[in-house]
Amino acid sequence: MTEKVLMKGNEALAEAAIRAGCRFFFGYPITPQTELAAYMAKRMGKAGGVYLQAESEIAAINMVYGASAAGKRAMTSSSSPGISLKGEGISYMAGADLPGVIINVQRGGPGLGGIQPSQSDYFQATRATGHGDFHLIVLAPSTVQEMTDYVFRAFDLADEYRMPVMILADGMLGQMMEPVVLPEPKTELPEKPWAVTGHRGERPHNVVNSLYLKPEELEDTNIERFERYERIKAAEQRAEEYLVDDADIVVVAFGASSRIARSAVNKAREKGIKVGLIRPITLWPFPVNAIGAAADRAKAILTVEMNMGQMVEDVRLAVCGRVPVEFFGRAGGIIPTPVETLAAIERIAASLEGGAR
Amino acid sequence: MFDPHDIARFTVVTGHYGSGKTNLSINLALDLAAFYDEVMLVDLDVVNPYFRSSDYTSMLAERGVRVISPTFAGTTLDTPSLSGAVSAAFDTEGAVVFDVGGDDVGATALGRYAKEIASIDHEMLYVINHYRNLTAETAEAAALLAEIEAACHLKATGVVNNSHLRDETTAQTVLHSLGFAHDTAALLGLPLRFTTIPERLAAELSGTAGAAGFVENAYPITIHVRTPWEDAS
Repeated sequence: MTEKVLMKGNEALAEAAIRAGCRFFFGYPITPQTELAAYMAKRMGKAGGVYLQAESEIAAINMVYGASAAGKRAMTSSSSPGISLKGEGISYMAGADLPGVIINVQRGGPGLGGIQPSQSDYFQATRATGHGDFHLIVLAPSTVQEMTDYVFRAFDLADEYRMPVMILADGMLGQMMEPVVLPEPKTELPEKPWAVTGHRGERPHNVVNSLYLKPEELEDTNIERFERYERIKAAEQRAEEYLVDDADIVVVAFGASSRIARSAVNKAREKGIKVGLIRPITLWPFPVNAIGAAADRAKAILTVEMNMGQMVEDVRLAVCGRVPVEFFGRAGGIIPTPVETLAAIERIAASLEGGAR
Repeated sequence: MFDPHDIARFTVVTGHYGSGKTNLSINLALDLAAFYDEVMLVDLDVVNPYFRSSDYTSMLAERGVRVISPTFAGTTLDTPSLSGAVSAAFDTEGAVVFDVGGDDVGATALGRYAKEIASIDHEMLYVINHYRNLTAETAEAAALLAEIEAACHLKATGVVNNSHLRDETTAQTVLHSLGFAHDTAALLGLPLRFTTIPERLAAELSGTAGAAGFVENAYPITIHVRTPWEDAS
């Protein structure tokens, strides 16, 4: 049996990356993700890799671009304001079809905001991390074990689809401790015949680039990329369902707020309310199939988020007006309590009863 | 059983990040409140933004423990600065527990008070956890203490076995850690002061020699440091 160890979320993200074959980490300190960089500083050298504290977040993401172009598994991490700074570089990576893993341990915003946990970068992660037409695959862990597993998977997804993958965590997940089973280190990594590693006169030049001055060429790259996105939407949607089958009310929540929501669902079930939970694991591609199926069975949907209402828009698109979609959230670094989340469920349950009379 | 009355009036708690220092400090402070009119819990953690003693100020105040926090703790201002109020800890006749930040980085703040602490009769506890990544082996756990001592200019006087896997901790988890704890203490040449056991396991583990599930110097503790979804009540 593999032994469990107790780890902080931020440490698990780092250790899993090393075990996934990442040997290039470029970072810049920011609370509440700093332990990730500190762990990398201690461990990456021992794993034979490069840890470098860049002069800025912008430099760090462009170093990821470089290492990735050379065919290596590379990662950077930050928290909300730092991710905004990386936006340009992430867009360049998307435009150059470069794999790479970006970690966002979110804190409250906008602006400098605060250092307490938040989910207010959902739009940024799923809609507009940078300029131009592109998507990232976005994975949302809710436990320290999932932080380990999703980072491990993120590197494979990034290589398979040649695109950046983001892990969207938050300060609570980054700072808390839970037991984890660490994966066995990867020994074989995929070949990257496109990487710029020197042609030695044996093959044509490989070019990694996001600049196309002929609009037809640039359009072609966009069309090809969006065909790839369609394949990802078909193959990679992931969501966890909990007590959804007989549920009148389905709560949709990701990350740390899904832990709160699960607690509230259990309390509501004790009170006889038929409620379940869908936890999106992939925020892009959004699990429209799971949410759509729930909308066919349930009478109402409630999204619970640590923001002013962001994922609720994707839920409404997936539900397409079939049932009411309500929102409950706290912002600014405040985590909703199970008690107030239960109250939100009870309000909906009461309105459903009223409507039946 | 370990008797919290045996703990020094002035106790400093150090260890690895996440070894359970804050939860232990809260337990010690609450137990000391039974023996002393005044108890202070000094939150010296200027590194960790979450899960710190300052988060429990109101609960502790209700139970007779005064928390002294870094100036900006709980304000979400990311400024590592110590409060002048810490000096009160050296004027009191009551009990004092110092909850120090993790590793050598966290212990650096303690160095500011090394002279004052060294001049008082005190205990400096080194908290270890057999299940904590990177300090799970005897040699690793021993090496970290040297870094902590170098950073804070104080020497540990005893080891505390706080081995746990959070809510997955079983009696077996605790029993399996005893060898590691004894070995680490022996390697460091320090006494193993006590082994913590979660209150819910008190029936399965025993402080009585010869009994099944015997844990020498067992110290039952309450788990105060929890995630928001664990506080569902």
